[in-house]
Amino acid sequence: MELLTIADVLQLLLVGLSQGCLYSLIAIGLVLVYKATEQVNFAQGEFMMMGAFVGYQFIVLMGLPYWLGVGLTLIVMGAFGYGIDALVVRRLTGQPVFTVFILTLALGIALRAVAGMIWGFGNYTLPAPIPGNLKIGPVVMAWSSILAILLTALISVGLYAFFRFSRHGAAMLALSQNQLAAFYMGIPVKRLTSVIWAMSAVFGACAGLLLAPITLVSTSMGFIGFKAFAGAIVGGFGSIPGAVAGCLLIGVTEPFFDIAFPTMKGIGAYLVMFAVLLIRPQGLLAQIHAKKV
Amino acid sequence: MSDVLTLSNVETMYGRVMAIRGVSLKVTEGSIVTIMGSNGAGKTTILKTISGALDPFKGRIAFERAEIAGLDPDVVARRGIAHSPEGREVFPLLSVRDNLMMGAYTRRDRDEVARDMEKVLGWFPVLRDFLEKSAIYLSGGQQQMVALGRAFMQRPRLMLLDEPSLGLSPRLIQEIFAIICRMNGDEGVTMLLVEQNANVALPVSDFGYVLETGRIVMEGPRDVLLASDDIREFYLGIKGEAARGDRRWKVKKTWR
Ligand SMILES: Nc1ncnc2c1ncn2[C@@H]1O[C@H](COP(=O)(O)OP(=O)(O)O)[C@@H](O)[C@H]1O
Ligand SMILES: [Mg+2]
Repeated sequence: MELLTIADVLQLLLVGLSQGCLYSLIAIGLVLVYKATEQVNFAQGEFMMMGAFVGYQFIVLMGLPYWLGVGLTLIVMGAFGYGIDALVVRRLTGQPVFTVFILTLALGIALRAVAGMIWGFGNYTLPAPIPGNLKIGPVVMAWSSILAILLTALISVGLYAFFRFSRHGAAMLALSQNQLAAFYMGIPVKRLTSVIWAMSAVFGACAGLLLAPITLVSTSMGFIGFKAFAGAIVGGFGSIPGAVAGCLLIGVTEPFFDIAFPTMKGIGAYLVMFAVLLIRPQGLLAQIHAKKV
Repeated sequence: MSDVLTLSNVETMYGRVMAIRGVSLKVTEGSIVTIMGSNGAGKTTILKTISGALDPFKGRIAFERAEIAGLDPDVVARRGIAHSPEGREVFPLLSVRDNLMMGAYTRRDRDEVARDMEKVLGWFPVLRDFLEKSAIYLSGGQQQMVALGRAFMQRPRLMLLDEPSLGLSPRLIQEIFAIICRMNGDEGVTMLLVEQNANVALPVSDFGYVLETGRIVMEGPRDVLLASDDIREFYLGIKGEAARGDRRWKVKKTWR
């Protein structure tokens, strides 16, 4: 293995950071739904894939201006997430958690098939939000990578403020801690839960739109959802800052791992997960007050 | 005075098990009504059926003359019924202040909400020291205060209270029941209270029902119930304990 120069290291760090941010966007959606309902949405990666395809539909196939296409994509995906909960998942309330696991696993498979039937099983290009690269000395960053970092930071801060200062955010916290008591307070628990699914689909779509220029749009792009999963588990699964930290850790170590062990490319994320779980089984930032039982 | 709440022949099932077997009762505006019954009699089930957490299998539930059976609990809450549940059910990771403010979630009258918050803290001054602490750190009695205060913050016209005395010391029970009486007397909140502890609940009530295995077996104004030998013996423990089997037999013989 050749020695890396400082510039190489910096370059890899930034690439890893931006990749970690994409994982984070997916993981935030996972954790939001999990905290609110204790359901795990195994189709979260496919939500991201759908976001990329819907964007491809508006921007490439229909030729709409880029940002208009993005706006429409986020609206469509928000409605999609809301509908999945309101029409399907909500009906399973009271069933074992396992039922919802299987349902969302099946949903992911179905979404891949549906996307393939509508758009085909090839690889498609979606333009980057801002084309070109930013050069700082020897380091070169694609603008879409920089955008991924900025957007993740913005969404993290926005969510913090939302839960801390807004009435609906506080109500979402309340319903995630005690659903029945939230009902008794007059909080529209069912509607807010669907809104949480909508938020999680919108964040997934953001990741999809940002990932598309890097990896191309395809029915299998949702598989990076598993890395987001690993990141969320590293972070303790119940905490959004934890999930972001876990995803960043995985994103940043990944490119170095791939260079050091080229034959094991792609499994670095899971090794990091195992390593963290061995040392801290509860994850990096597990909730201090573990749920009883 | 008009009836705020009327239950007619309500039956509630858990799967195929019927927990409530044709219960009829009414709560008059401004009163405190108590349902007494031992553990497992179905008290919690009645309250959950009223507030919409459970749907009745049969029967009608009228709140201020409108049918509310089968509505979602958040809709029932918005109609004006607050439910302070068994086991307090505070939001563990929210601060005491946020817990209380959650009660006011549906309200828009900010000034009134602030005044009601002061009222609650006046009734339970100990909560003032914990306002910014997570509710999980409170003692059982303090959590009960939060649950009661949170229900009051909804400014309900009817409050459902599920065993507010459960697990509390006699002194705390006195304190909490004094506040319940003030919410009723000073603020005009109608109360439907369920209690195993008839000793403390019955004396503050206007009217009482006795529930046994899902059925109302006796009802009457407070003074009539307090004078009844059966109530004195089995719910107030005044004449000493009778054996359980003995008690069932006698209950059936005299009350049905
Ligand atoms: N979730 C449940 N599933 C099945 N049976 C239940 C459930 N909750 C209560 N029950 C049964 O219903 C009856 C009434 O219970 P409950 O209303 O909790 O009584 P109480 O509040 O008077 O102690 C009891 O026999 C209890 O075992
Ligand atoms: Mg009970």
